[in-house]
Amino acid sequence: MDINDLRSLITVLGLLCFLAIVGWAYGKGSKKGFDEAANLPFADDDLDVTSKTSHPR
Amino acid sequence: MSGTKTTYNDKVVRQFAVMTVIWGIVGMLVGVIIAAQLVWPELNIGWLHFGRLRALHTNAVIFAFGGSALFATSYWVVQRTNHTRLWGGPLVPFTFWGWQVVIVLAAITLPLGITQAKEYAELEWPIDILITLVWVSYAVVFFGTIAKRTVSHIYVANWFFGAFIIAVALLHLVNSAAVPITLTKSYSAYSGVQDAMIQWWYGHNAVGFFLTAGFLGMMYYFVPKQAGRPVYSYRLSVVHFWALIFTYMWAGPHHLHYTALPDWTQSVGMVFSLILLAPSWGGMINGIMTLSGAWHKLRDDPILKFLITSLSFYGMSTFEGPMMAIKTVNALSHYTDWTVGHVHSGALGWVAMVSIGSIYYLLPKLFGKTEMYSTKLVTTHFWIATIGTVLYIASMWIAGVMQGLMWRAVNADGTLAYSFVESVKGSYPFWAIRWLGGVLFLSGMLIMAYNMFKTMAGGKIEDVPVNLPVAHHA
Repeated sequence: MDINDLRSLITVLGLLCFLAIVGWAYGKGSKKGFDEAANLPFADDDLDVTSKTSHPR
Repeated sequence: MSGTKTTYNDKVVRQFAVMTVIWGIVGMLVGVIIAAQLVWPELNIGWLHFGRLRALHTNAVIFAFGGSALFATSYWVVQRTNHTRLWGGPLVPFTFWGWQVVIVLAAITLPLGITQAKEYAELEWPIDILITLVWVSYAVVFFGTIAKRTVSHIYVANWFFGAFIIAVALLHLVNSAAVPITLTKSYSAYSGVQDAMIQWWYGHNAVGFFLTAGFLGMMYYFVPKQAGRPVYSYRLSVVHFWALIFTYMWAGPHHLHYTALPDWTQSVGMVFSLILLAPSWGGMINGIMTLSGAWHKLRDDPILKFLITSLSFYGMSTFEGPMMAIKTVNALSHYTDWTVGHVHSGALGWVAMVSIGSIYYLLPKLFGKTEMYSTKLVTTHFWIATIGTVLYIASMWIAGVMQGLMWRAVNADGTLAYSFVESVKGSYPFWAIRWLGGVLFLSGMLIMAYNMFKTMAGGKIEDVPVNLPVAHHA
């Protein structure tokens, strides 16, 4: 196998990998975890009173 | 965990935050000096001429100012979003002092003409080794802290900071590979077009990872915090991250259009640069839309003004960049002041403004205050900086397009219509405007320094206990 076949393969696999990530990110399963993650900066602040809806669960 | 409360390590954040302002002033002052040297050539005195000071300016603003801002914010964010103290013991102060030594060595060697002559990688091999040691320590501290987090998720800002740390390590190691001849002289391990391609693979990804990914990490923490609401779309932030990672590495060849680099490589670079528009604008929209429903906060919060304006400039320069990477546009823009204007649209408008906003957010918290000494002065700083940036980039656009048109103009018999020096003459007024823009931007930093020292005066430096996530208390 030519080294360039390997290079092409890596490129195609890279694209597929990226598309899989997009599919995962916009899939239903990841919503809840993402909501939690998005509120991580707010779980912190000692003085912060803003965290009304910060915790979905 | 028992009742004993560990505290956040804010000392190192404090050190880096203060040095961000100091190095910002130094680096921008050198920038103003070299801008003046172009307008008044008699200011090129001895060794302190444009050729040597220019590298000092770029190194100081990118690595001293930008680098300190990145260290400060990443150390703050990684602790706050992972709810744990910075890990790494003595490695933490080593990253601070090591980085300061690198900066001082740069300030000594560059004016002496000690350089590897690679743009943004000028520092000679002994300093390169010190950079490597500091950077590996930084990576150990950062990822070590993430490893001992008390929450399950790793917040997206940390992904950007993490990518920045890994990519910069890779870029630095590959591009700085050299054969030392003496303590102050080395030769690159590469030659010819490979050397040029490696240099611009480094150069462009220094922009992509040092000057973009790291500052996007700031954006994803400080914009939501200052706006008081979570990021507009976390899903988009994940896609934004991976899209940047998958495309940035390929865009470097656009720095070498119409050179000895093979044509197909140039075309690959151009196409990937165009693709980059999508993730860049995705990220910008994600940041700006975080404010949706809270736009009124923009009216009287100068910190938010800095952050949101920085995103607008990010959007502008990431539109301009792909356009300039198109070969036919590049034929006009390359080697002209248009490039300089583009860089500063990103550097002043995006990188500096998002850093300034983030540091203004941090300073009162680091010194036990609720807000800056004077919010009014922050607003003043914002307007001076914005006007300075606009003057800078508008004058460079005009000068750049003019230079490009003059250089390519030919007479009917095929001879050049203008000599080079005629384009220099035509550029003078715009170089004066650019100098004025730089003076304004520097004045803003001086106001920031005054405000910072007033905020620090009488401030309480207290260790803040680590806030364990709510779920653990329940």
